[in-house]
Amino acid sequence: MNSFEALRDPERCKAVLAQIEEAMQGQTLRFMEVCGTHTVALFRSGVHSLLPSSVVHLTGPGCPVCVTHESEVAAYMELAARPDVIIATFGDLMRVPGPGGSTLKKAQAEGARVEVVYSPFDALAVAANNPGDKVVFLGIGFETTAPTVAATVRLAKQQGLANFFVMPFHKLVPPALDALLSDPAMAIEGFMLPGHVSAMIGLKPYAPLAEKYGIPAVVAGFEPLDLLQAILLMAEMKRQGKPRVINNYKRVVSDEGNPKALSILYEVYKPGDALWRGIGTIPGSGLVMSDAYKAFDAFEALGVTLKESKPLPGCRCGEVLKGIMPPNQCPLFAKACTPASPVGPCMVSTEGSCAAYYKYQLDLSPA
Amino acid sequence: MGNKLLLDQGSGGLASHRLVNEVFFRHLGNPILGRMDDAALLPRPKGPLAVSTDSFTVDPIFFPGGDIGSLAVHGTVNDVAMLGAKPLYLTCGFILEEGFDLDDLDRIVASMGQAARKARVKVVAGDTKVVPRGAADKIFINTTGIGEVVASPSPSGHRARPGDVVIISGSMGDHGLTVLSCRQGLAFEAPVQSDCASLNHLILKLVTGLPAVHVLRDPTRGGLATSVNEIAQQSGVGVTLEEDAIPVKPVVRAGCDILGLDPLYLANEGKIICILPEKHAAKALTIMRRDPLGRDACIIGRVGAENPGKVVMRTGLGGRRLLGMLEGEQLPRIC
Repeated sequence: MNSFEALRDPERCKAVLAQIEEAMQGQTLRFMEVCGTHTVALFRSGVHSLLPSSVVHLTGPGCPVCVTHESEVAAYMELAARPDVIIATFGDLMRVPGPGGSTLKKAQAEGARVEVVYSPFDALAVAANNPGDKVVFLGIGFETTAPTVAATVRLAKQQGLANFFVMPFHKLVPPALDALLSDPAMAIEGFMLPGHVSAMIGLKPYAPLAEKYGIPAVVAGFEPLDLLQAILLMAEMKRQGKPRVINNYKRVVSDEGNPKALSILYEVYKPGDALWRGIGTIPGSGLVMSDAYKAFDAFEALGVTLKESKPLPGCRCGEVLKGIMPPNQCPLFAKACTPASPVGPCMVSTEGSCAAYYKYQLDLSPA
Repeated sequence: MGNKLLLDQGSGGLASHRLVNEVFFRHLGNPILGRMDDAALLPRPKGPLAVSTDSFTVDPIFFPGGDIGSLAVHGTVNDVAMLGAKPLYLTCGFILEEGFDLDDLDRIVASMGQAARKARVKVVAGDTKVVPRGAADKIFINTTGIGEVVASPSPSGHRARPGDVVIISGSMGDHGLTVLSCRQGLAFEAPVQSDCASLNHLILKLVTGLPAVHVLRDPTRGGLATSVNEIAQQSGVGVTLEEDAIPVKPVVRAGCDILGLDPLYLANEGKIICILPEKHAAKALTIMRRDPLGRDACIIGRVGAENPGKVVMRTGLGGRRLLGMLEGEQLPRIC
C-alpha cells in the first residue's frame, strides 16, 4: 500500500472513527471546515455520513466563488458587455448569476467574448493573440491562487503587455475567520483549516484562533484519513481544554508557509478591504494592486467601479456561509434554487456548500 | 483533388460527383450504395427493426484513439446494438465547411469505412452539403443506424428490477478526458486514449448467450452517473453503486483530480452498462471478459427497491451519498 492508498484505507479510517466516538463521550463538537474543497471531500468520501451525531458539521466561507459579492459579479458583467473586452476566467464563474439573473454563460450566448482558462498564464496568451482587445482576468480566489495571479501580472509587466488586466477580487482567509468569531451568533468549537491556503500562509496567521478565541484548529488534507484525523484532534483538544493550532498536513504544508509565493503576492498586491457575499465588508480581507502595478488593475484602467447591489430576495447565503444555517434549511433550497436554476453562487460552484448538499446528500432509506 | 473544399463541391453538379466518387464511394462503397438511386432498397430482416440517429460535432476532430469519422460509426452502431439488435445498415449525412482540408476529409471517411467494415455494417445512403466558411465548424456528421433485433424481449432502460446486478465492461472516463485534454492542450504524465469502439459483436454474444439481459446502455455523454440515473428513473428502481468497484485508469483519475472533474460524469465511447438478474452475472462476466472490449468487465452495483429513481454511491469507507445526474457541462474548478 502506498502512502496515498493508506490515506483512503477503510480499516485505518474505521479505527480513527472509533477513536472519535471514544473522544466524543459526553461532549458535542460544532466544527466548521473553512475550505470548499473540504466540504466536497467530506460528502464525496462518505465521511460525513459516518460521523457520530455528536459531531456537528458547519460549512464555512471557503469557496471563492460563493463569497464573490453581487456587486463584483455586476462589475465583471458590465465589462463583458463591452465589445472590445475579452473576459478570461476559471470555469466556476460561468454560471454565477448577477443581480439581474444574467451569467457569463448567457452573456456568451448573446455575443460576449469569454474564454475559460485553466491557468491565469493562459489569459496572457489570449491577450498576446488579441492585441486590439482588452483581456480582463477575473482574479477570484484565496491565498492559494492569488500568488499565481500575481506572478501572471508581473510577467505581463515584464512582457510589456498593455492589454491585460485583472479584476482583483481575491480574499484572505484569516481576517474572515476573525470576523466570523466576532459574531455573537456563531457557536463554532473547532476549525478544520484549509490545506491549500495554509501551504501559502503557514500557521502563524491562525494563532489568534487558539489564543484569542480558545478554539482548537487543525490544518487538514483532503483524503478521508486526513479529514477524520483532523476531527479527532479537534475533539481531543476540546475535551482536554487545551486549544492549539495543529498542522496535520505536513506532507504539503510547512509551518512557515511559502515565503517566495507570498513575496510575489505582496509585490503585486497590498491588503485592502473586501466585500464578502452575505457577510459585507471585512477590513483588510482583500487584495488591491500595489502602486507599481496599478496599470493592470481593471477598475483603474477600464473605469469600472463597484456599485451598490442588493442581495437577491430570499437568498440566505450569508447565514449559510457563516455556518448559522445548514444549506438545506434555506427556504429556497431545492425549490427556487437548484443547480439548474441557481439563485446564488453557493448552489453553482463545485465547491459550494449548497451545491454539495444538493449533490451528495439525500434522505436515504436505511441500507 | 485540390487541397481545400470548395462550395462548388456541394453544388450537386460535376464537382460534387467527383467528390462523392473520389472520397465517399472509395471508402464506403458497396453494391447497395453503388446503385445511386434516390433511396436504398433493403431486404426485409426477420426480426423487429431498431433505428437510432446521432449527430457528431466533436472538437478536436482527430484525437488519440479515434476521430470524428470512426466515432460517428461506433456511436450509432452502439446505440442500435443496445436494444439487443444486430446493426446492419448506416446512413450518413455530412455538413462540411468551405475550405475544409480535403486530406483530412479523406482520412475521416477512410476511418469511417474501416470502422464500418469492422462492425460489419454497410453504409447504404448518404448526403453531403458544403456550407460557407464560418457556417459550420469544419465537419459535422450525422449517422442513422438500422438493425435487426435478435434479443427477445429486447433490453430496455425500463426493465431494471430489484435483485439485478449492474455490470460495466471496462474503465470509465477515457474518451471524455482524452477529448478534453486535446481541446485544452493539456498533457498528462501518461498518455490518455479514447475507448471509441463498436460493441455490437460483444453485445450479440451477450444477448444470444443470455436471454435474461434486462438493460444495456452505453454511458456516453453524462457518463456512468447520468446513464445509471436515467435507468433508475425509467425503471422506478434504486441503484446502489460501489465506488471501489468502478474501474477508472490511474491516469484518468489523476487528470480528473488536477482538473476538478469527476470521471463518472465523463463520456465513454466503447463501454457498456449491462443490468441482469444476479444469477446470470457470472455467465455475463465470462462472455464479456472473453472479448477484448470487455476484458475488464466487473460488477459495480445492485438494483433495489429503496430510493426509487435515485442512485446511491457506497464509498470505499462504507459511507453513502447521492450520485446525481450531471447538471450542465463539467467545468474546471478554481483551486
